[in-house]
Amino acid sequence: MAKPRIAFFDFAGCEGDQLQIANLEERLLDILDHVEVVSFREVATNHSDDYDVAFVEGSITRPEDEIRLKEIRKNAKVLVALGACACIGGINCLKNFLAENVYREEVYGASARWFPTYAARPLKSVVHVDAEVHGCPIDPNEFARITKELLLGRAPWIADFPVCVECKQAGNVCRYEMGRMCLGIITRAGCNAACVSEGAHCWGCRGLVPGANLDAARIVMDRAGSDRKATQDLLRFFLGDTGAAL
Amino acid sequence: MSKSAPIAKKAAPKTAAKSAKAKASPATPISVPEGAAAVPGPKKVRVHYLTRVEGHGNIVVDVEADGTVSTCRWEVPEAPRFFEAMLVGRDYKDVHHIVSRICGICAIGHQLASLQATEDALNIHVSEQTHLLRRLALHGENLQSHLLHIAYLVLPDLMGVDSILPLAQTHKDAVLKFIAARRVSNEFSRIICGRTTHPQRMTPGGFMQLPSTEDLVHLRTILTQTLPNLDFAVDFFAGIMDRFPKFERETEYVGLVSPAEYAMYWGEIGSTKDERRPVRQYRNVTREYIVPTSTAKWTKNQTDSYMVGALARFNLNAEHLRPMAAAAAKKLGLVKGCTNPYLITIAQLVECVHTVEESIEMVDELLTRGIRDEAPARPSISAGRGTGAVEVPRGILFHFYEYDDSGRIFQADCVIPTNQNHANIQKDLEALTPKLTGLSEKEIELKLSMLVRAYDPCISCSTHCIDARGLDDGARSLVRFNRK
Repeated sequence: MAKPRIAFFDFAGCEGDQLQIANLEERLLDILDHVEVVSFREVATNHSDDYDVAFVEGSITRPEDEIRLKEIRKNAKVLVALGACACIGGINCLKNFLAENVYREEVYGASARWFPTYAARPLKSVVHVDAEVHGCPIDPNEFARITKELLLGRAPWIADFPVCVECKQAGNVCRYEMGRMCLGIITRAGCNAACVSEGAHCWGCRGLVPGANLDAARIVMDRAGSDRKATQDLLRFFLGDTGAAL
Repeated sequence: MSKSAPIAKKAAPKTAAKSAKAKASPATPISVPEGAAAVPGPKKVRVHYLTRVEGHGNIVVDVEADGTVSTCRWEVPEAPRFFEAMLVGRDYKDVHHIVSRICGICAIGHQLASLQATEDALNIHVSEQTHLLRRLALHGENLQSHLLHIAYLVLPDLMGVDSILPLAQTHKDAVLKFIAARRVSNEFSRIICGRTTHPQRMTPGGFMQLPSTEDLVHLRTILTQTLPNLDFAVDFFAGIMDRFPKFERETEYVGLVSPAEYAMYWGEIGSTKDERRPVRQYRNVTREYIVPTSTAKWTKNQTDSYMVGALARFNLNAEHLRPMAAAAAKKLGLVKGCTNPYLITIAQLVECVHTVEESIEMVDELLTRGIRDEAPARPSISAGRGTGAVEVPRGILFHFYEYDDSGRIFQADCVIPTNQNHANIQKDLEALTPKLTGLSEKEIELKLSMLVRAYDPCISCSTHCIDARGLDDGARSLVRFNRK
């Protein structure tokens, strides 16, 4: 049987997710025994438009990005969104809350010329996405598992419960007990509560858990003493495109 | 456009090389009526989306009908992301987490420059232990990024293959040693920062969580074990030094300097052609300008362009290298004052050795002092301005913030190393242009992409990049060589 051909692409983003894949180190070589990488611009020169699985990182921020993404969709049998920017729009959506003339002028002053960008959006706003590897950055282990499931022809499983579940398992003290804010209550799990375990709080990078109750979350945050501005800041960090921040 | 010849539009290098062969009919210098087909006209070699770099970049080369290479151009069509605008109004505690997302590879460096700027602005003083841990974090990331660049991105060119994957078959022993060294560098970052990309432990005033004594002892062990692998790498590269192209161009080198050490984490701004300046005056050095037809903000100081990065640091600070790193430089034949940009990679390798040596010393110091559990220092919120500067893998990085009296960003400016190098890359390409005539398209492509790749450009650090795709005809060239 011919090995499945896989390709990597990126749009507006930091390419940290492809780096996570390179960081699989020796295990990457094992995965490569089972697939043929036809395009991975960050580490290889070869490129081909003939591929089965396309992993796409980054958000869509310009009309010309859409054309390129649709081309990728046409070529690929399976299209996988890689990381928060691709899955939920991620941090790029912070600019969606600013007027375009404001952010342009903030960065470039009056003398710049370029083609306009529009509101940042996830891949699924433009094309059908078959599978998602969430996170900012993605978890390399989850990437390896999802790739394996795809190679076996199964629909990959992703967590459908909130980060709190894994956070309890990790034995962390709840941030709300400490008088701090945390989005673990509404965020999709799968990260083993990585940020909380490192002393921070959940930022919501894996997107809303299915059925997230935003009204209840706001009441929890209000009761914990968060002012509305701080709540809005936190909800806009990654969840700008989901409507949670509005 | 009068240029009617085929433009290899979306050609990846392999396909470009193929079409190059097809087009490589012996070119004769004849004057052709404009628009005439079927005779070799001006053509373009286009390395569209340069591979094995982080982000999107193009090199465009114009070749005249008689085979003369007339222009080489470095373009950056990366989508702009407007980070400086996204920071406006954000709380000081979130800022470093936002800028971390500028770049997946130098996330730690961005966090450190950001924390320095915030702490400078809000008058936060951090402990000696925090400084030591942050310096270790910076070392870890530099090691991680340098090894990725040296082994995964540059080595394939020197070995005549397209990626590290074929080398895993032909040079398995070497590749496994490189991978092992990189695994240690990742482990290094994990021990200090908790995660290698967009880490969560650092915060204004200190750390949210500290590595344990056991962690540090383990770190010391793996760092000591990685030294032989780096030795191997030095010997390996010493054996293939003749494969780096010979190319020298007088260049201004800019980086942090300190009388006490090989400056990475703090110091003054030094230049090989200018006086030292305090970090606060970074705008007098970077002097960003927008080229009317260009792709990104460029910088210039005393000369038309300047270089930042490992070679700049080496040229400014070589005498402060630790002994093993100095020995490695000697073995590799790298001497202070080197002006060959292809050897940036070699300077990085020397820095890898230095980093590991110095990190072992720092871990020892931490272990001797004992890790103290300390809460992050709190700011007294008032309006203020602050600047941060650290040496990240690709060179000196500046963050400048102005905060309002509620501790929220009023104004932000980030000057990224790759943006400081863009002008220098272009000047190098120009100096290289006359030497390209007579080479095959394949050779030209390799030589030029090796040059750009040597800078290890990290283009997605694109806070400042302006998109110019669609303006990509010869008409928008920055400097054109009309050689007669």
